[in-house]
Amino acid sequence: MSKTLIRGAKVLGGEPQDVLIDGETIAEVGTDLSAEGARVIEADGQILLPGLVDLHTHLREPGREDSETVLTGTKAAAAGGFTAVHAMANTFPVADTAGVVEQVWRLGQESGYCDVQPVGAVTVGLEGKKLAELGAMHESRAGVRVFSDDGKCVDDAVIMRRALEYVKAFDGVVAQHAQEPRLTEGAQMNEGRVSAELGLGGWPAVAEESIIARDVLLAAHVGSRVHICHLSTAGSVEIVRWAKSKGWNVTAEVTPHHLLLTDELVRSYDPVYKVNPPLRTEADVLALREALADGTIDCVATDHAPHPHEDKDCEWSAAAMGMVGLETALSVVQHTMVDNGLLDWAGVADRMSFRPARIGRLESHGRPVSAGEPANLTLHDSAYRGVVDPAGFASRSRNTPYEGRELPGRVTHTFLRGRATVVDGKLA
Amino acid sequence: MKRDLISAADLTRDDAVLILDTAEEMARVADRPIKKLPTLRGRTVVNLFFEDSTRTRISFEAAAKRLSADVINFSAKGSSVSKGESLKDTALTLEAMGADAVVIRHPDSGAPHRLATSGWIGGSVVNAGDGTHEHPTQALLDAFTMRRRLVGVDAGLGKDLAGCRITIVGDILHSRVARSNVHLLTTLGAEVTLVAPPTLVPIGVESWPCEVSYDLDAVLATSDAVMMLRVQRERMNAAFFPTEREYARRYGLDGERMARMPQDAIVMHPGPMNRGMEITAEVADSPRCTAVEQVTNGVSIRMAVLYLLLGGNEPALTTPARTEESK
Ligand SMILES: [Zn+2]
Repeated sequence: MSKTLIRGAKVLGGEPQDVLIDGETIAEVGTDLSAEGARVIEADGQILLPGLVDLHTHLREPGREDSETVLTGTKAAAAGGFTAVHAMANTFPVADTAGVVEQVWRLGQESGYCDVQPVGAVTVGLEGKKLAELGAMHESRAGVRVFSDDGKCVDDAVIMRRALEYVKAFDGVVAQHAQEPRLTEGAQMNEGRVSAELGLGGWPAVAEESIIARDVLLAAHVGSRVHICHLSTAGSVEIVRWAKSKGWNVTAEVTPHHLLLTDELVRSYDPVYKVNPPLRTEADVLALREALADGTIDCVATDHAPHPHEDKDCEWSAAAMGMVGLETALSVVQHTMVDNGLLDWAGVADRMSFRPARIGRLESHGRPVSAGEPANLTLHDSAYRGVVDPAGFASRSRNTPYEGRELPGRVTHTFLRGRATVVDGKLA
Repeated sequence: MKRDLISAADLTRDDAVLILDTAEEMARVADRPIKKLPTLRGRTVVNLFFEDSTRTRISFEAAAKRLSADVINFSAKGSSVSKGESLKDTALTLEAMGADAVVIRHPDSGAPHRLATSGWIGGSVVNAGDGTHEHPTQALLDAFTMRRRLVGVDAGLGKDLAGCRITIVGDILHSRVARSNVHLLTTLGAEVTLVAPPTLVPIGVESWPCEVSYDLDAVLATSDAVMMLRVQRERMNAAFFPTEREYARRYGLDGERMARMPQDAIVMHPGPMNRGMEITAEVADSPRCTAVEQVTNGVSIRMAVLYLLLGGNEPALTTPARTEESK
């Protein structure tokens, strides 16, 4: 069995300790552990986190392999410190059958860089009309528990109600892309001062908030759990906070880009800033950070959305929506949450590993860094400072809004069940 | 140095006054027996229209020809403009043809900005109307018309519109003319009031440097110029207003309302007019209505803009920041 000793790592940001990995598990955590027979990694004060878990990743395979494949996407995930990602269902064909989710699951197994947990579509073809075979997807080898029509909103209240009820039978959760479709016809950016000046169709906050309000009430009514994808407005935060205060089973995620970027960037008309839900205002950004800090928002999810160059190298209205995010997520979270004191590293472990794993009901991820646990680990050099260069991305796509921006921190090592997928910042 | 005209907001007061003064010079050329200047001989101006607008295209074409430029009309409507590559590929084609200026009309807001900042072309870019964003030469010709009427043809030279009270009425939400006019007219010192039903005023308008009123009658008596915007009848299908008749009653300009405007106040319309909707025939055909004059003035303004961008004095016009290709 191969052994690895990580020496002097700040486990969850605490005092430096040694962590011994033996095979697929953590054998020991302590001080002055013996290095005998082990490969030694001098962590030298770097932060050791449980392997990151993403609830919201677009891997694009099958169907859009020109933008990403399961292999390139999981490489990007490993490079970003992730050991598990949830692959969204809006592929071609849509992941609305046991066959497609099993295919994605198998491709993830073969990649070996990161566990891939397929998300199943809620409705056939993401059309919002007819429930997909949710039970069959759950019973498949992919073992689907998270269902989402992401990219589209399950806007029919009856379909949403039934889906919420139905998945209770196998402890599933519906992850809602909250976007009232009629209020967002022709929407190109956040509706507000900037859209008024730029003459771009507005995507009003209320289109998100009204769906969230409806869905938390529905979840309460039928006693189900609901998860809200990519919360983007201060008003959404208030609704989720209220729902949680009632004791309802509501969880929510925020993307790294909504923690950092605002709609002011759209003034450039550069489609790299075009994303759905759109970049909001400074006040929204601050509310989202606060909500992530106080736990109202449960987790960070990347909404990693790769697009080929030509889909962004055009005028704003013609451009595709979305940004890649796996390889910059932890740096953006350090920058927006840790370096300013809103969240400590134990909090980062909670919001980027423990809680998303719990929402997705993943058993071997999001576990404590202690003896006997699966060795899914991420070593992060928080002292590092670097400029984002998409040329170095493992993702097949380059549509990052952070090109040329200085961001703190770098993932130096990632371990998936004891095997290094990233070594010294490079894919193994 | 590359120079473009993308937004009226990019113009300083002095830039704008220089354009208006230059347009007066150009207007005098039109009174000569030979209406041509040799200024842009050997230069190529491309009219790149992704949207039908015969009026605007003809105006730019006449302006460029009076300056002796070579004009190429490129109508891209009907080609695959739903995918963005076509703007880029078209731009690269025009670059290869050696376009010194590209006059672009596009249904998508921001397309001219993108063309000017993407590194696709090297020539000047003139925005001839983009989506619901801006139409800066329309605002310039409107300001030119106002200065001539409200300040004076000769008395106006070198002057701005300080103290003029301008009311813009209609579909502000979807109007590039309104956006450009708010920027330009306030830069020139005018006081601007927008009038529309609340459904046709953009969320976020409170940050604009103007007043907003939902009541046309309340502002008529204090308006030196009332600009009526075209209102598409189809808007009522999206519930922006209940019926054509109700719109016309509440926000249309008829003879009775016009009579309540100050003695020398003018009525403007960027055209084409929807007679019976936002304006009655009586008003449209009255001597106070400058719609036809605006068309004439449009040629002078576009001559001035092309002249200053391509041949003229620095620093007549400012330019938005360029970014490198492949950002
Ligand atoms: Zn989504």
